[in-house]
Amino acid sequence: MSGGGGPSLMDSLFQRTLDDLIKGIRLHLPGAAQSSFISKSLDEIRREIKSTDSQTKSTALQKLTYLHSLHGIDMSWAAFHAVELTSSPSFLHKKTGYLAASLSFRPSMDVLLLLTNQLRKDLSSTNQHEASLALECLSVICTPDFARDLTPDIFTLLSSGKNSIRKKAIACLLMVFSQYPDAVRVCFKRLVDNLESADNVQTLAATVGVFCELASKEPRSYIPLAPEFYRILVDSRNNWVLIKVLKIFAHLAKLEPRLAKKVVELICDHMKQSEAKSLVFECVRTIVSSFYEYEFAVKLAVVKIREFLLDSDLNLRYLGLQGLLLVAPNHLWAVLENKEVVIKSLSDVDRNIKLEALRLVMSMVSDDNVVEICRVLIGYALKSDPEFCNEILRSMLSTCYRNVYEIIIDFDWYVSLLAEMARIPHCQNGEEIEFQLIDIGMRVKAVRPELVRVGRGLLIDPALLGSPFIHRILSAAAWVSGEYVKFSRNPFEIMEALLQPRTNLLPPSIRSVYIHSTFKVLSFFLHSFLLPGKGVNSSLSNFVDIEPGFTYSESEQEFTEIDHATSSSGLNKRDTFTQEAVVNMLTLVITSLTPLAESHDVEIQERVRNVLGLAQLAQQEISCNHDQKEKMVDKVDLKTSIIIRLINDALSEDFGPVSFSAQERVPVPNGLVLEENLSKLDSLCADVQLSISESFSLVKPILLPTDGDSISNQQNEEESETSPAESMSLLAEHRKRHGLFYLPSDHNKNASSSFPPANDPNQRDNDVEDLVKLTEESLVLKRKPSSSRPRPVVVKLDEGERLPITVKKTDENDDLISGAVRDVLLGNEASLRSSNPSGRRKGESHSKDKVENSETGNLSKRRSKHRNHGKNVEDKEENSEKSKKKSGGRHKARRRADGGIDVAVQKQVIPDFLL
Amino acid sequence: MGIRFILMVNKQGQTRLAQYFEYLTLEERRTLEGEIVRKCLARNEQQCSFVEHRTYKIVYRRYASLFFLVGVDNEENELAILEFIHLLVETMDRHFGNVCELDIMFHLEKAHFMLEEMVMNGCIVETSKANILAPIQLMDKTS
Repeated sequence: MSGGGGPSLMDSLFQRTLDDLIKGIRLHLPGAAQSSFISKSLDEIRREIKSTDSQTKSTALQKLTYLHSLHGIDMSWAAFHAVELTSSPSFLHKKTGYLAASLSFRPSMDVLLLLTNQLRKDLSSTNQHEASLALECLSVICTPDFARDLTPDIFTLLSSGKNSIRKKAIACLLMVFSQYPDAVRVCFKRLVDNLESADNVQTLAATVGVFCELASKEPRSYIPLAPEFYRILVDSRNNWVLIKVLKIFAHLAKLEPRLAKKVVELICDHMKQSEAKSLVFECVRTIVSSFYEYEFAVKLAVVKIREFLLDSDLNLRYLGLQGLLLVAPNHLWAVLENKEVVIKSLSDVDRNIKLEALRLVMSMVSDDNVVEICRVLIGYALKSDPEFCNEILRSMLSTCYRNVYEIIIDFDWYVSLLAEMARIPHCQNGEEIEFQLIDIGMRVKAVRPELVRVGRGLLIDPALLGSPFIHRILSAAAWVSGEYVKFSRNPFEIMEALLQPRTNLLPPSIRSVYIHSTFKVLSFFLHSFLLPGKGVNSSLSNFVDIEPGFTYSESEQEFTEIDHATSSSGLNKRDTFTQEAVVNMLTLVITSLTPLAESHDVEIQERVRNVLGLAQLAQQEISCNHDQKEKMVDKVDLKTSIIIRLINDALSEDFGPVSFSAQERVPVPNGLVLEENLSKLDSLCADVQLSISESFSLVKPILLPTDGDSISNQQNEEESETSPAESMSLLAEHRKRHGLFYLPSDHNKNASSSFPPANDPNQRDNDVEDLVKLTEESLVLKRKPSSSRPRPVVVKLDEGERLPITVKKTDENDDLISGAVRDVLLGNEASLRSSNPSGRRKGESHSKDKVENSETGNLSKRRSKHRNHGKNVEDKEENSEKSKKKSGGRHKARRRADGGIDVAVQKQVIPDFLL
Repeated sequence: MGIRFILMVNKQGQTRLAQYFEYLTLEERRTLEGEIVRKCLARNEQQCSFVEHRTYKIVYRRYASLFFLVGVDNEENELAILEFIHLLVETMDRHFGNVCELDIMFHLEKAHFMLEEMVMNGCIVETSKANILAPIQLMDKTS
């Protein structure tokens, strides 16, 4: 028994048992003592597990499994020993081996291959306990290889006479299908048979469980089985089974309204009669999520929900709230009916209940009550613990932002609400508030005066500078105050706030925003002083003239109106911008910023130098003038004036929001392969590189401080009214010169392989048209149809812009499974009835089929992609639909390949007796 | 897949049994267990038995010094899982007689065996105590 290095007889005789090990671990205190004991035991195990005596080996593996499972010790090194033990003639040792395998094996292990034969042997064992061990293990560690090789054996067990084996084989199928979809073709018929034989509740439960999982992934394929499920819903008295069947119907009813009509009464009966709360709740959930069109059913469900809400059991109350949340999207009245319970739950001790209540409150928000609800919530936020307080703020922010501030009518109110949030002590949502402040500034012209007022309030409060959570908000306030300084009643005050000593508490990135804002304020101030009545920004009172009806395209008109305003209020303004005030401001700027000119932060240093450069120049010239007051008239000719005019022209253009998909919407010219290596073009392009960079002047150089993503994202916007024409002409010119290096963008031509002609006269026009279309689409202004209160214009892009929409990836395997299921249910049933399970060759031929199918699928996808190039724009707008279309296309391709059953699938044959 | 994992954890937060129905690496398991235990054990009797965590819903219940935590996916019926936990405890109680933490520690293999009889692939496949315990009793008799 003992060999060189192997365990001795003594080892076997005096081996520690599992009990000894556990007691030992308990004796040692957690920490160093315990881990040294464990590593000592591991050394023993390593020796013992090599023993040829299977008892010793088994005990060692038992101990190792225990350490693995509860103490996180790696046992992958012992995988081979586990496999060895599974072949032991002793049931107990076999069991230990299988348990170790199912707890510790991972799908990529090489040793799995060694297990295949043993699994097959045990699956076909006459001892039902051995078979069930193998099934249990397989259901956990199943790999595609196992599934392919063992499908015939499992198929046999599906009709086993022993219920305990049959139900396990059924439950195991789910794993097998997901690993090896072709198994569906072999096993599905027998699975359906098990649905029909209601002799054993547990078998039925397992079968329904499998269908429930399958249907949740791709329900459409299982509609033909509806009569079976319906019968179970009528006959079964087992709550576990009923719950699963209800889940299946919840999926199916969404697809087949006639089915819903048939089932809804039955579900209501269950809801009324059942004693079991779990079943009642499942009925409620099914009704409100899938049968919400049936008023009577929903009413009944809401009655039940109310019972839950008023129950003393906390769990039921929680579920009641969840139920309400499900009703809310379609039947808001149900929530309003239970309003007081919901509001009361906001102050529950349980955080989970509070969260649900909060979600419900948010679901009630509409443009009528948003003000009132936010007021209540701010009150709760002030009372709550920091975590929940932020939860409240977060959901308020996201609800109000929804669909680009859809529910907000009074933006002045909303902006001051944002400021109020900023002042809540626990507020940690600075980033979001920052984003929205700037976003609103860019989108809603009418609110800018109020925004500046609110920003001023935040900036001049020195206390706020001390709290790091608010820094981001202050950054937004600074930006707003600088950008829209023309609305400020007292620019000098803003300048003082921006330069107050406590700004040294700010991080450099935000401080540079502050400094850049001083630059804007200063240039505005100088402009108003030096060039009164000459500019676009010079009037203090011009916000009076801005009507809510203004849009970007009308802004030419706006400028002229402002000019009128300027001339009328000229007197007024001159009082503010006196020589003295200007000199004071310049002194303030220079004294406050000079120390920062040596800052180690590049951003700060650079910006400070810009401001100082301007300020010093102005100071020189203006204080010279100071002596000879009669020369005031010449102000216009000063160097400063010229610079200021240029700066102001640069700063005066409005920023608007940019759609995230703007880039994507530029149509890819036909035949242009974007991902191809273009290294060969290098030699061609060498001499024209300069002009290329000129031609892409679509986006203006960024003029404003960039701090953090949220600002810079917004700032990359080009001016809406001027640039397209300008840049297009540039682009067109460039193309005229270098047309040779562009691929033709002629959409009518499909032949992508044909070589482009040297000079195509058509291509230019097309490009221009595309760009015009693009800019038209990227800024769509939506106005709400006349409501009682006028709502200011919100510049809105035509789709959700903050986050690129991620296309939901459909699982390839699910597709394969449902495809196979349809084949079995609708297509070649007859052939499958007689199919021979023992043929492994059958499986192989199917897998070949699969490869072919997927090839056709790919091919057609590729083809359709080519076709779609031209109309990329529409495509991107309806991302969700596209993904649907895509999967649909794939199905269609497969159906075509399978031949014959195409029509049957589309019509969804459902036996008449049900519908 | 319905049930994704079952944990038994004592009051001190030590795992006493862990059964996963989907593959997670040791490291993932350890962090997941840590997070869940921290979240659930901090709750008191006046709070409900459902906790949302990552993509899971945790349904848990405390019996004496032992917490039974079941991780399910979002579709699962919470009340049914509570019933399942109760059934599990009753079954163990019938077998061990007044089951306690130590019984599960020293008979971990048996506990797994019972669980495997009750749940497969995350689906509940057996709810009769007699059926669940039959193989174990047979085993005890023969060995």
